[in-house]
Amino acid sequence: MQQVLNFLQKNSYKMLFFLLLAVAFRLTIQSHSLQQSVYVNSSNEVSGFVYEKTNNIKEYFALKKTNQALVVENQKLKELLFNKKDTLLKPDSFTFVGVKEYKVIAGKVIKNSFNKQQNYLTLKGGASQGVKTDMGVINQYGIVGKISKTSANYSTVTSILFTQEKTNAKLKNSNHFGSITWNGKNMGYVQLIELPRLATITKGDTIVTGGHSKIYPENIPIGTIDKVYIDRVTNYYTVDVRLFNDMSNLGNVYIIDNKSKTELQTLEQSLPNE
Amino acid sequence: MNSYLLISILRFTVLFLAQVWLFNNIEFWGFLNPFVYILYVLLYPVNANKSFLLISSFFMGLLMDMFFNTGGVHTTATLVLAYIRPTLFRFAYGVSYEYNTIKITDKFTSETFILVLLSVGIHHFILYNLEIFKIALLWDILWKSIANIVLTTTTVILILLFLKPTKR
Repeated sequence: MQQVLNFLQKNSYKMLFFLLLAVAFRLTIQSHSLQQSVYVNSSNEVSGFVYEKTNNIKEYFALKKTNQALVVENQKLKELLFNKKDTLLKPDSFTFVGVKEYKVIAGKVIKNSFNKQQNYLTLKGGASQGVKTDMGVINQYGIVGKISKTSANYSTVTSILFTQEKTNAKLKNSNHFGSITWNGKNMGYVQLIELPRLATITKGDTIVTGGHSKIYPENIPIGTIDKVYIDRVTNYYTVDVRLFNDMSNLGNVYIIDNKSKTELQTLEQSLPNE
Repeated sequence: MNSYLLISILRFTVLFLAQVWLFNNIEFWGFLNPFVYILYVLLYPVNANKSFLLISSFFMGLLMDMFFNTGGVHTTATLVLAYIRPTLFRFAYGVSYEYNTIKITDKFTSETFILVLLSVGIHHFILYNLEIFKIALLWDILWKSIANIVLTTTTVILILLFLKPTKR
């Protein structure tokens, strides 16, 4: 017993180090192995507060640009309203009444990140505004990401620039679908994988979110086709998609609440597994 | 009383706020930020309590991870740096380290430069390896860490040059 105590006393510094190192390693490995498992994250009140104050100052330098962007978006929405009055009133033949209902919550990016492998954004807007995990985040140009963690007033978002994330996407003009993922290299481009070779594609085609996604509504723009690679082993294309969004410059965003998500999920879970 | 403890806590706070408010927003070439918070580890007194340094470095790293959403990457890198700090001092300063006579803000020498470069190098190498964590992106890891080592080392040395040595 005395020897054990002596040993502990002699090596207490080393043991403290290894104990702390084990904790640090555990946090690191957790963030790599599971999705959305950054336990120490910036959606808490302390870092949220700091980022909000920093962002308040930064915002002043972008007031004019933000205004311009909002005017352009307003103009587009007005155009939509005036030109498509009839089609807007007609019920969509593929949508059953009450099945697809979306609620939009306004949010603001107070901390952006785009130069890592797993990029998390911090938003002003949290549980008290109705934000919950797994809601989609978009802005006027296209998709941004999905909500990962929330606190009362802030939330973190896994950006589309996130190497482990997959989002359902399709060609705008032909409905062939694949998955959007990111290879971690260039923040201006994401990759569309698992797109069947049957699809006819050309450079410049628009890619939008598909109807399989429970996170985003259908037809939210993502980007345009930039480069096409043919996978010789499988019958799929891999496509470099140039994003509409400038991910290094994000301001106001919209958080999409899919009201029917829980219903869809319980329905899908009740199916027997293949 | 323990004046070094008070000074350390003050330094901890100042460096932490400077990192979050100022140095995180530099984004040189779109992806480089100088991580000057490691100055906390470098400036900690040589003869002071080592366990306190370990624990405070751990929390400094944890705060950085919290603000950057990086899991435990900064925690690991800063903790390892704090642990091997005596070895680095001995390597850079040789025998004068044993007599506890050095103070890195006293005079800027080639020894100080070696110490800063080594510490920043080890910290950043661990940081980028753990953050990217993919052998396929080895060149990415190397390029990013080298570019950021240059930036952080320059910033840290500039700050050291501006700090006036405390006269008694």
